[in-house]
Amino acid sequence: MNEATPAYPTHWRRPARMLHDRRWRWLVQASVLAYLVLALGSFDVEWARVMEGLSRAQRFAHGFLQPDFTSRWSDIRQGLIESLTMTLTATVVGVAISVPIGIGAARNLVSAWIYRCCRAIIAVSRSLQEIIVAIFLVAMFGFGPLAGFATLSFASIGFIAKLLADDIEEADPRQVEAIRATGAGWWQVLHYAIQPQVMPRLIGLSLYRLDINFRESAVIGIVGAGGIGATLNTAIDRYEYGSAGAILLIVIAIVMVAEYGSSYLRRFLQ
Amino acid sequence: MLELQRLTKTYATGDTALREVSLAVPRGQVVGLIGPSGAGKSTLIRCINRLVAPSGGRILLGDVDLAAVGRAELRRQRRRIGMIFQEYALVERLTVMENVLSGRLGYVPFWRSFTRRFPGRDIENAYRLLDRVGLLAHADKRADALSGGQRQRVGIARALAQEPALLLVDEPTASLDPKTSRQIMRLILEVCEERDLPAIVNIHDVPLAQQFMHRLVGLHAGEVVFDGATTALDETVLATIYGAEDWASSGREPAPERESEDTERHLAEVGR
Amino acid sequence: MKSTSANAGAPASHADAWTFRTPRARLALWFGWLALVALFVYCWRVMNADTMWVFVADAPRQAADLGSRMWPPSLTYLPELLAPLWDTLNIATLGTVGGVIMAVPVAFLAARNTTPSRLWVRPVALWVIVTSRSINSLIWALLLVAVLGPGLLAGVVAIALRSIGFVGKLLYEAIEETDARQVEAISATGASAAQRLDYAIVPQVMPAFWAIALFRWDINIRESTILGLVGAGGIGLKLQASINVLAWPQVATILLVILATVLVSEWVSARVRQAIM
Repeated sequence: MNEATPAYPTHWRRPARMLHDRRWRWLVQASVLAYLVLALGSFDVEWARVMEGLSRAQRFAHGFLQPDFTSRWSDIRQGLIESLTMTLTATVVGVAISVPIGIGAARNLVSAWIYRCCRAIIAVSRSLQEIIVAIFLVAMFGFGPLAGFATLSFASIGFIAKLLADDIEEADPRQVEAIRATGAGWWQVLHYAIQPQVMPRLIGLSLYRLDINFRESAVIGIVGAGGIGATLNTAIDRYEYGSAGAILLIVIAIVMVAEYGSSYLRRFLQ
Repeated sequence: MLELQRLTKTYATGDTALREVSLAVPRGQVVGLIGPSGAGKSTLIRCINRLVAPSGGRILLGDVDLAAVGRAELRRQRRRIGMIFQEYALVERLTVMENVLSGRLGYVPFWRSFTRRFPGRDIENAYRLLDRVGLLAHADKRADALSGGQRQRVGIARALAQEPALLLVDEPTASLDPKTSRQIMRLILEVCEERDLPAIVNIHDVPLAQQFMHRLVGLHAGEVVFDGATTALDETVLATIYGAEDWASSGREPAPERESEDTERHLAEVGR
Repeated sequence: MKSTSANAGAPASHADAWTFRTPRARLALWFGWLALVALFVYCWRVMNADTMWVFVADAPRQAADLGSRMWPPSLTYLPELLAPLWDTLNIATLGTVGGVIMAVPVAFLAARNTTPSRLWVRPVALWVIVTSRSINSLIWALLLVAVLGPGLLAGVVAIALRSIGFVGKLLYEAIEETDARQVEAISATGASAAQRLDYAIVPQVMPAFWAIALFRWDINIRESTILGLVGAGGIGLKLQASINVLAWPQVATILLVILATVLVSEWVSARVRQAIM
């Protein structure tokens, strides 16, 4: 091309990855900054109160390190039993209800009308917080684990049915077609083409939800729906940090066991 | 000049990948390393820049024993060794320019590389190299926007940006079509000649090796079973390297398998 | 279940080999189901030992009653909700930012390929992640309100602490899934450990990072709406206050606002995700 060695630039700047226009970039950065200033400005921290709280934090840390399992053991035991039983029953019932709804929410299996109905149920279940549902169910069923059970079942539906439906929709259409081509009816398609494909995933989801339900069961007790959360709430209210620490350690331990156990079980079942 | 003396590698699993390999590569010579999958070609190359830690022997580059240097010195020595990878191993989500400049990482302090403010000389040189491999116009593209042949050219430019004293090339054409493979091989040969660089090239494609290499080394089960001129490679030699096979009548080259087992092991080691 | 042992003509041994599951596995499966049912019944009885079925039977009437009291929502109450809503957004956003900032180093310490020590540092990082994940943000808020006093700060810290585990876990999995070849190539140039992170690992996990942060922000918006129930600021405070005075039309308004916020945040995060991917 040219005889003389071309002069290569000695500067290079990395091109912007998004927002190629400099003005846009500037605008976005400025608005992020403005938001942070405004948001932090709306903070009204009483530092005196925070300082006072630090001694409590210390006591809590102490309680966490030296948990007191004994003095409130009967309450803790009762709370744990409630939590565990409602976790299990809610997961079983939740899964049992989720399966038909999940199938109904899969576009490749049902008519548009059923599809929309089921998706609506899922949307309602997903957008309502467990705690808010629990408040209402406690008002309806009275205090106690039955309200918690109903809450967790309801929340499980949105979770499992949605993921199950998405999974069915992603199922290999060639296998479905192959079974349909043999002249199979709707139930047979479900049994021979869909079930083998989504079954492992359904089991995995159920175990995962079991884990989530237990964690949630530790929370909904705060509004009176039974379980370990109620015990925890009382312990913190009474400043019994040793008991609170003990409860939290138990919850963490159970979650860890559940997580390892479910990953083991999933591998075993597959 | 590179010299390997009784280089040995035994993996933690007990598998011996290299058995007392001795080899000398003078300046400007391009040595092809051939052998079946699992013969230790990949391990040999990775022992030289210590991506795999050798278990015994000496690796002399100039008068430094690479097998004996400490961590900090190893970083300094790695700058002198350019490496070109199978399937390019570019950082896909960085720009072509950043990939070339990453060849300078051993020379610049962290904050300069972090802010992408490399010295002007490095940038000028990177542009020159991109021009040399014919990719000047692609400097600001992301690496994953390029074709296979183009990516390997970026890989070559990255290795050359290190201003190396030695080039290690690991299956440079493993995933390229025959025409692009030849172009890439030619390019590697040219740059070695321009810079009087010694190079070791792992290659599974025997005809390609015969066409381009100055000298061939055959590896079988971690041992050198052939070392000589390209022309000395005949059926009996091929049989000792790859095992018995009716080479003449089938006319086939050995199956272009990737050394996946080997690679797995290296990756496990690199992962640390 | 799907035994085809009646396959005429096939040798007996073949027919046996063709059953869907071995007889033993089938037995184990049935036993598993049976155990599950028994466990369910047992749990159900334990759980409902103290249940007052009179209240439960009364539930539909209660629900209808509650519904009639809540309707219509009190729209005049809406302006009062704007400030708490702004607080809720801030709790979620600042909490996410804080959580992500703390989660990034934890993730790098927890990932097998970037941790400085698999024996000492990695278990600690994993423990931090598990602890943060097992404690719901409402419980974090409960503790922090006791420590820091009621207010926004407790909410932000609660959200941040809960986010560490979530973001940390997903991020360290993304780091472990990075392509080791690219890392190897950067190491081969003589790059230092810090440069290796910057040039080989960070570019690879960047998309996952943004997706995770956005996902968590979306979840945090939901969670921050209820933190007020334990005094950690935001719209939940209003909810608690309205429930306490049995102002059901106000409760209905708040629920609608929360629902709208959640839907909008979901839409925003989906759009942003599309834009940056």
